[in-house]
Amino acid sequence: MNDVKEKSALSQPAREEIDKWVAKYPEDKAQSAVIPALHIAQKYNQGSLTDSIIESVADYLGIPKIAAFEVATFYSMYELKPVGRHKMGLCKSISCMLMGADELGDHLQKKLGIKFGETTPDGKVTLKEVECLGACRHAPVVHMHNRYYESLTPEKADELIEGLE
Amino acid sequence: MAEQELVEIEIDGKKLQVKPGSMIIEAADDADIKIPRFCYHKKLSIAANCRMCLVDVEKANKPLPACATPIMPGMVVRTQSKEALVAQRAVMEFLLINHPLDCPICDQGGECELQDVAMGYGKSVSRYTEGKRSVKDKDIGSLVATDMTRCILCTRCVRFGQEVIGLPELGATGRGEHTEIGTYIEKSLTSEMSGNIIDLCPVGALTSKPFRFKARAWELEQGTSVAPHDCVGSNIYVHRHRDKVMRVVPKDDESINECWISDRDRFSYEGLYHEDRLTQPMIKKEGAWQVVDWQEALTFAVDGLKKVIDDNTAAQLAAVASPNSTVEEHYLLQKLVRGLGSHNIDHRLRQTDFSDQLATPVSAGLPISIEAIETQEQILLIGSDVQREQPIVGHRIRRAYLRGTNVCVINPMDYHFNFDVKEKIIVSPSTMLQELAAVTKAVLDQTQNTRHGKVADLLKQVTVSDSHQRMAKQLLGAGDKVVLLGAHGLNHLHSSQIKLLANTLSQAISGQCGYLTEGANATGASLAGAIPHRCAANLGVAKSGLDAKQIWQSQLKAFILLNLEPEYDCADPQMALASLQQANFVVSLSPYMTSTMKDYANVILPVCPFAETSGTFVNIENKWQSFAAAAAPQGEARPGWKVLRVLGNLFEQEGFDYTVSTEVRDELKVAVDGMTMTQTNQDHIPSTLNFSANVDLERIAYPPIYRTDNLVRRGESLQRSGIAEAAAVHLSANTATQMNLADCEQVTVKQNGQHVNLPLHVDGRVPDNCVYIPSGFAETAMLGVTSPAALTLERS
Ligand code: SF4
Ligand code: FES
Ligand code: FES
Repeated sequence: MNDVKEKSALSQPAREEIDKWVAKYPEDKAQSAVIPALHIAQKYNQGSLTDSIIESVADYLGIPKIAAFEVATFYSMYELKPVGRHKMGLCKSISCMLMGADELGDHLQKKLGIKFGETTPDGKVTLKEVECLGACRHAPVVHMHNRYYESLTPEKADELIEGLE
Repeated sequence: MAEQELVEIEIDGKKLQVKPGSMIIEAADDADIKIPRFCYHKKLSIAANCRMCLVDVEKANKPLPACATPIMPGMVVRTQSKEALVAQRAVMEFLLINHPLDCPICDQGGECELQDVAMGYGKSVSRYTEGKRSVKDKDIGSLVATDMTRCILCTRCVRFGQEVIGLPELGATGRGEHTEIGTYIEKSLTSEMSGNIIDLCPVGALTSKPFRFKARAWELEQGTSVAPHDCVGSNIYVHRHRDKVMRVVPKDDESINECWISDRDRFSYEGLYHEDRLTQPMIKKEGAWQVVDWQEALTFAVDGLKKVIDDNTAAQLAAVASPNSTVEEHYLLQKLVRGLGSHNIDHRLRQTDFSDQLATPVSAGLPISIEAIETQEQILLIGSDVQREQPIVGHRIRRAYLRGTNVCVINPMDYHFNFDVKEKIIVSPSTMLQELAAVTKAVLDQTQNTRHGKVADLLKQVTVSDSHQRMAKQLLGAGDKVVLLGAHGLNHLHSSQIKLLANTLSQAISGQCGYLTEGANATGASLAGAIPHRCAANLGVAKSGLDAKQIWQSQLKAFILLNLEPEYDCADPQMALASLQQANFVVSLSPYMTSTMKDYANVILPVCPFAETSGTFVNIENKWQSFAAAAAPQGEARPGWKVLRVLGNLFEQEGFDYTVSTEVRDELKVAVDGMTMTQTNQDHIPSTLNFSANVDLERIAYPPIYRTDNLVRRGESLQRSGIAEAAAVHLSANTATQMNLADCEQVTVKQNGQHVNLPLHVDGRVPDNCVYIPSGFAETAMLGVTSPAALTLERS
């Protein structure tokens, strides 16, 4: 790997995990690993990225910093601000919208006392709007911790929230 | 490759023969058929993201982007059909959705591609009533102003960064409507060619900061000229407004600079209006400076010089000129000095070893064309920070590298390049010679070459290691090859030996050897005779005059200086200044007056800098490029050639009756064309090679890119730009630790009884036991540049 200059904002376990991804690509194509690398970096930083972490990922992969920033700012699953312990993504695309995502959204915001894009003051939940999750047949859908919660109603959503640590 | 067969296509009813595989837009451009475009640029990769170039192609079921649609035999394209026009109009409408349409307050107004295309292809009213996006401006340094709300996301600037300069600093962050172009983290651009994004940006998102709100495009008058800083001779347009230079932009010349210019060439014009500009002749009488008219100043100068010559001999007179002066100025200066009976004239200011001058060609530049650098297969750089010294040559090397060329370097610092280096040797200046010797020996061994017996004898004791063998093997690879000597080679303490080895090496690998000379016109200066050992056009002299080093060493009594600031421009500034101070009479022809100059000079004659004078530069390819004055002289300043002509008249010399500068040039050109090229060209073989350093701590010195000459040193915006350097002491981490010094602390540098305090930078580019202290700064002017005198460092 490239020399990691100065203080890298990446922990040793994060680097080891990134190395596994880098190994899957041809030697001079470390850039291909930027998406998983950013996910890993995000995972090791309580679910969000900072400028210095993104720069460290770029340095670690030996790619221009701007190339990492382009990716990190493009995809909505990278968080550029701190997030709560649970990140709920409510789908607002067409099928979910037809099946009541708007109402569900209003309900969730009221219940949590925050707007989309915000985090509850206790740092528990971050609420986001997301695009189609590919689970239209069970709309409306919420995405949380790599799991889909489908055919949600306000009641089911309340249960879901109350069950969160 | 065999000639590809051309295919026939038709655009707007015109039958065209075109190269298969080229895009519709290229064929149309060649045939002068206009297709609107934003993202397409002939020097950049194809992005096809703006869709402005949609055209109607027969048998296609939808309009196709002309920039990304390859030509097929028999293709029929319409750029003006109803379909095409409807598509173009729709795209235009979309592109303007988020555009602020603030043309009246936009610097690009009047020369904006968006404005032009909207006029030609758009509608007169917008149907868009929703809110427009706005984007925060970025601060990307002192050269490029940003108004990012105007950006149409064509990504030309991004591709330029990635592809042309190899510095991906700009990018597109965010997504969809939130996409923004920028550096993300605010920072200055760090390229020596960054200004080109101003020309590339089709809208007013990226504009020139120094030119901001200075004038409207339609108020400007355009003159053509040649860039005055390096030996490339980039072609430029000078834009003036009421006789004042407002900006400089590139003039396309595929064989030299293509459509690019360096930032130094683009922004140095600011120096024309620096407060140091001298606008009236001045003389010093009884220690006091007074403004006088030209008549009086010239008479004073002539009387003063005459007196020295009469009291002594003409051999007490020397002339020293900046290599940035024009051919005409160099020619007349040497004609004047030689007419007065002295051969003491030189322009090789930072050179210190002249021992081979009689044995080598009168002028040496590049034996291949600048364009041909791109087609070399092996390139060896010796002592060159090419990207900073000659940005356009650096660009050509990058292009070669992208094609697969191998670049090797032997350098005194590990300069960062935008091309990868295959084999590199980074050693102290004195060891460079030894390393070059070892590589040369390896080449001679590997080829069992016996033609260079004398040089081989010198190399007997040299040890060849693996790295030398590897570099030699690389250089012996296939294809065209060139060895390029940069400033650290040409100004090396033993430059004659470096040149000898470089030439031997290049012959042994069946390549060529080129010199990347200093300043804009070193070739012209040599041909014009601004050298002590030959008159104009290579005519021999009975006895050589003093060279640039001897001139300062000889305590002469009278000097004529042209465009010179010895404290910054000479190899040993202290010696030069001391020499001038002890002289009886010094005439300085200079656009600027400095306090140092007031100290040593007796007359200062304000001559026109670049852009205010006509003249000629000869570039390293030996291309003579003449230009007219692009702006009026300031105050009473006069072109140097006119001043020298009048001086010739006042000295009652023959042959100084020119009326225009082209007569001067033609007189020389005729002589040069008829010049016998019986260059002795024998190798100048020394009895031994000087490998030892003689000092513990070797200084590496060179003026950084924006400190090279009197004009650029006064370019304020360049001085504040991302790659401007400051006076400092650079050491490797090892050497710093050994000397018990730490990064960022203040250290005292001592040499020859002089001392100066400078900040220390630990710099990974510097080899151990060396210290890099840039020259060209007031702070470092007391230190000898290539001087072998010992230099010490201690904590302040
Ligand atoms: S800043 Fe200019 S060149 Fe860069 S993407 Fe925007 S419009 Fe294109
Ligand atoms: S629209 Fe919500 S999952 Fe597809
Ligand atoms: S010029 Fe063809 S898509 Fe932009």
